[in-house]
Amino acid sequence: MSLLSGPAGPAADAGWGHNHERKGFFTDTSICIGCKACEVACKEWNRNPIDGDLEILGQSYDNTGELGANTWRHVAFVEQGQERIEEARESGRKLVSLGMPGIGPKSSGARGATPAGDLSATDRTPPDTPEFRWLMSSDVCKHCTNAGCLDVCPTGAIFRSEHGSVVVQEDVCNGCGTCVSACPFGVIERRDDGTISPHANREEKVDRMGTASKCTLCHDRLVDGEEPACSATCPTQSIRFGEHPEMTASARERVADLHARGMPEARLYGANPQDGVGGTGSVFLLLDEPEVYGLPPDPQVPTKTLPQTYAKAGIAAAGMVAAVALSFLGARR
Amino acid sequence: MARLTFLDWPVLRQLRGADPTGRGSAVTSATTRETVPRTVTADGVVDSICPYCAVGCGQRVFHKDGRVVQIEGNPDSPVSRGRLCPKGAASQQLANSYLRQTTVRYRPPYATRWEDLELDVAMDMIADRFIEARRAHWQDEDEQGRPLQRTMGIASLGGATIDNEENYLIKKFFTAAGAIQIENQARI
Amino acid sequence: MQDFANADLIVIEGSNMAEAHPVAFQWVIEAKKRGARVIHVDPRFTRTSANADRHIPIRAGTDIVLLGGVIRHVLDNELFFKEYVQAYTNASTIISEQYADAEDLDGLFSGYDQETSTYDNSRWAYAGDPDDIARGLPERDETLQHPRSVFQILKRHYARYTPQMVQDTCGISPEDFAYLATAIAENSGRERTTSFAYALGWTQHQGGAQMIRTAGVLQLLMGNMGRPGGGVMALRGHATIQGSTDIPTLYHILPGYLPMPKVGQDDFAEFTRAIGKKEQKGFWANADIYAINLLKAWWGENATAENDWGYHHLPKLTGAHGTYQTTMRMLEGGVDGYFLFGQNPAVGSANGRLQRLAMSKLKWMVVRDFYMIESATWWRDGPEIESGELTSEEIATEMFYLPAANHTEKAGSFTQTQRMVQWRDQAVEPPGDARSDLEFMYELGRRIREKLQDSTDPRDRPILDLTWDYPLGEHGEPEAEAVLAEINGRHLSGERAGQPLSSFGEMRADGSTDGGCWIYAGVFADGVNQARRRTPGQEQDETAADWGWAWPANRRILYNRASADPQGRPWSERKKLVWWDEEAGSWTGHDVPDFPLTKRPDDPGDPSQGGAAALAGTDAFTMQSDGRGWLFTPTGLVDGPLPTHYESPESNIPNPLYSQQSNPTRVTFRDENNLSSPGASGRGGEVYPYIFTTYRITEHHTAGGMSRFLPYLSELQPEMYCEVSPELAEEVGLEPYGWATIISARSAIEAKVLVTERMKPLQVGERTVHQIGLPFHWGRGTEAIVQGDGANDLIGMNLDANTQIQNSKNNSCTLIPGRRPRGPERNELVEAYRRRAGLIDAEHPAVDGAAGAPGAGPADSETPHHVRGPEEASAAPTGEASMKEMRNR
Repeated sequence: MSLLSGPAGPAADAGWGHNHERKGFFTDTSICIGCKACEVACKEWNRNPIDGDLEILGQSYDNTGELGANTWRHVAFVEQGQERIEEARESGRKLVSLGMPGIGPKSSGARGATPAGDLSATDRTPPDTPEFRWLMSSDVCKHCTNAGCLDVCPTGAIFRSEHGSVVVQEDVCNGCGTCVSACPFGVIERRDDGTISPHANREEKVDRMGTASKCTLCHDRLVDGEEPACSATCPTQSIRFGEHPEMTASARERVADLHARGMPEARLYGANPQDGVGGTGSVFLLLDEPEVYGLPPDPQVPTKTLPQTYAKAGIAAAGMVAAVALSFLGARR
Repeated sequence: MARLTFLDWPVLRQLRGADPTGRGSAVTSATTRETVPRTVTADGVVDSICPYCAVGCGQRVFHKDGRVVQIEGNPDSPVSRGRLCPKGAASQQLANSYLRQTTVRYRPPYATRWEDLELDVAMDMIADRFIEARRAHWQDEDEQGRPLQRTMGIASLGGATIDNEENYLIKKFFTAAGAIQIENQARI
Repeated sequence: MQDFANADLIVIEGSNMAEAHPVAFQWVIEAKKRGARVIHVDPRFTRTSANADRHIPIRAGTDIVLLGGVIRHVLDNELFFKEYVQAYTNASTIISEQYADAEDLDGLFSGYDQETSTYDNSRWAYAGDPDDIARGLPERDETLQHPRSVFQILKRHYARYTPQMVQDTCGISPEDFAYLATAIAENSGRERTTSFAYALGWTQHQGGAQMIRTAGVLQLLMGNMGRPGGGVMALRGHATIQGSTDIPTLYHILPGYLPMPKVGQDDFAEFTRAIGKKEQKGFWANADIYAINLLKAWWGENATAENDWGYHHLPKLTGAHGTYQTTMRMLEGGVDGYFLFGQNPAVGSANGRLQRLAMSKLKWMVVRDFYMIESATWWRDGPEIESGELTSEEIATEMFYLPAANHTEKAGSFTQTQRMVQWRDQAVEPPGDARSDLEFMYELGRRIREKLQDSTDPRDRPILDLTWDYPLGEHGEPEAEAVLAEINGRHLSGERAGQPLSSFGEMRADGSTDGGCWIYAGVFADGVNQARRRTPGQEQDETAADWGWAWPANRRILYNRASADPQGRPWSERKKLVWWDEEAGSWTGHDVPDFPLTKRPDDPGDPSQGGAAALAGTDAFTMQSDGRGWLFTPTGLVDGPLPTHYESPESNIPNPLYSQQSNPTRVTFRDENNLSSPGASGRGGEVYPYIFTTYRITEHHTAGGMSRFLPYLSELQPEMYCEVSPELAEEVGLEPYGWATIISARSAIEAKVLVTERMKPLQVGERTVHQIGLPFHWGRGTEAIVQGDGANDLIGMNLDANTQIQNSKNNSCTLIPGRRPRGPERNELVEAYRRRAGLIDAEHPAVDGAAGAPGAGPADSETPHHVRGPEEASAAPTGEASMKEMRNR
């Protein structure tokens, strides 16, 4: 278990007790239609500014680019030819044969039960590889179990909510920006510009200006029992919201289902509590390597090595003392 | 906002509470603790339907102080089950965009810019022009003497984005006036 | 919509459903999760293709060959649903000896008149005694063997639509064709159903109505009409585009698909007999009743039996008066005033330049919208101001911009794409001068009536006699529910005087009832606004009959009698919908049965009577004059009784089937600004070698009036672009995300370049066909957040003769790297290409838009833009035509 999160889970560990289950997203990119309703619903609810210069970015149908201070949901579009699809399938098969590291422990069913992702009992004949595919995937803050941004925040502006999400308090944040470099996913940013009224000659008040900004898991909706704006609007339920254990369970089921349908490229992202951030509150089903979608393959929370760092620092210090002592000893000779 | 007392100091909350590392409940600000969604503080909510395509997704329109403050999908709708596409999800902005026009604009012939005009005056001017154009292009009969009872001087386009009741009145009045060139997006 | 989830196969063709109807697409995803297969046929690989089991790229405009090929496949291999076809379609009907097929006449059907470019469709009539035919009892051969039976004609008609022909015409491989044909055959029949979804990808062709018909023929053959998970679903694109067709703001119909009267229909009886005769089968036999109730609703006590119910107050049509005919009339100065109700023709209509030039010839114009759309500002910042063609100081058009209330600021109803009427409550008051269109129209009418009140001119009687007295709300606006109640209709006398009608069956021909739109009768049943019902879906079965209200009679699936076999039993347990309950002696099921409730399946029908009584117990298609689904349409269509492939007039490919290159009835307008590429005529078509096809994308809405003014939508797709294949980019020298200029015979526009493998060159015969994709949401002005050249400027006003809708999906162009020139040089560039193609200073009578082109009208005509060819599409809504009208957008 990591340094800063206890065995009872991140929410309980943050002083909220056990009354609150950890909440999170399951984003199933295999049924994403790239409509970007999540981006709009997010901005409408949070009144976030638009991004960019109103010019085509040069990334297929993606014109918001990446997650940042103003865009808290972002849909990536990836066009792939046959060769890359084959590679994705091959890497998926390897994950399966390795017992799918990266998706966490196998299901805890009775001994001999088919674990999720095991293709032994199903038809392994893959369908014809299509010549072309167009992947779409809605990215969002991961709400990490071990959240770098939270760990390094010097003002207490970032806190772990009762839902296990990681939330920035605008009224506390002083805009120091320490959190920005602590996020292994490049999600959190300071809001330094942006407008909701391009070309308008009028004073406009933009919220959160000058403070760190990212997805709150719609904290202000959860307090009233509502779900986040993005998952509520998602036409195909590519984005689902719920209790974290249930989300990861259905993610595993869906992977098994796709494997059974001859899509070995399906895999989970963020569902492994052993990974570098202790698993994420937002889990994803991907159809290729994470890098293809702009996700880091092996994210590491920078504060993960804090104990080792202290230990090493201690050894180094001891070594220095020893060296100095030895030098004195040597001098006596 | 509640008055801050000594006991609310975060350090004290951190030390006496269950959040010894000071990264959860202990560090919430009063604003955070008192957060209420604007769907709760709204004056009311009404059932509506998305104004964009013809799927007919259910919408719930939240309003406060005479303004729309939020529009969401209606989970009760058997067609849409609460979901909206990006356009439907932008409906609140459709109502409140800073580019929304709220006053009558008038451009006289040969002018290079818009002018202001009272709505009442504009309506009267349009009524006069309607009567004049109707008469100027009236056709009683065709070349064989068969009745036509119509005017070609007035045309209208639009109807697919407005209401059934509005289309009904447009068709009813224009037809009674003999104007036949009434069209909408269904022809395009 | 939810019914998609019941399909075993969904074929999406002529539609980009995931992008244009994302929320409806949830039901396709649902069907997929239940194991259904999804096939997307489209020139482009879109977000729909990305979520389909297979994408089949097709050359734009060749859908009839593809589906005709499937028809041939199922006929030749006896894979059609025989019992269904025999019982419920007109397969067994014998056709007149005068009929000759396009296969016999090299692409023409019998009855074609070269002079007028029209057909005399009496040559396509049913065989038999005229009186029997009128009663829906034509000659039939139940064995389907008679050489003039519809079944045999159909077989011969599609005999040459082979997989090879499909490959040579559509550019579709035999493997892809087999995949599609096999999937349809395997997913049809008693146990399984296939659903088709289409949209403007079919409608916007010259011959678009016939593309839709091809799917209709196939679905009838496969027994997929009137059944769960079946049908041909029109995915329409505006909130009440269905409602604005039912209660039409369209020139050719009155509410409830009653046609507008035509010149020469001298009295009411003549008018209504042309719609439906009393002796014919089915519900159109009561056309006179529906018309009387409409006239009573409009002219109240002033509509009496003595004055033909006010019939003579109605204006008469002399031909097509569609929006493009009106554009031509405007250009000649023949129209003074123009109203726009939430419509942006400067961007959204074909040949944008002509649209804007036409507006400059008006005396005045009223624009009602939320934003300063391009149709409101063309006189100061339109493309023609930039080019110098127009100067603000010289434009006489007087402009009135009246801000409109939006959907949250007024109560009213929308009718969605599956005929469901849904009421909206008002949330807030409209801001400032913004008013609802209801209030605007009511108030305009009130003022005009006031100004005319002392008039003795008989021409003003129809206005003064009108019922125009609606209860007003606190701000002086008429109550929308009162208007809906008028649309529904009410009893005018007798015990129930004042009460709303509960169904159109209560309408009377004696003036004792009224009703503004017969098919909407029942929406206000029991004095309750049924469209406002909101029983949550999760508390209902899948039909969800208690949410909103669907016309007619709250029925969700039309012709659902066909979901049971001739004996009235469900075809299968799995596809159960409506059936005969012997014990109860009535039809019952999960939907409102589309059949006279107590008519037994073995009822022979009473031919001595007309209407519903004449229907036999197996006449499932209750709106048809013979009670059958029409594989062959003897009346109602102007360009042939069977769908036949023609090339687009601008196509560079000779028609592989006939020497008749293009649809002989197509409509165009002769104007130097409405020229077409010479195409395959061998005279310069190569100057425009590529096909371009236009479409909408998820992030925007039509001409952008409701999207390009919204920051959150503008940022998602900020710029106009074109989509080209890597091969074409290489051929022309285009840089990814650089600029390209696209030039057609009408105009030149610029766009950013998306080079993508989603666009695939097709091999068609010896030719490599390149297709270019162009979204049409952008326009030039200064008020919207994002601007761009409009794709519709490239498109000509070339229309389908059935619908008078333009061909937007299949036109020709060329493409050069870089931005287009500014100022007058833009038109010079267009001219230079026209010259090269021989469109100027040359005699090319075969070129559309030139003198002598089909539908162009005689050169010396007194009304130069009276379009010669087509009669109105739905002259008599007695058959398929009426359904087509209901569905054509």
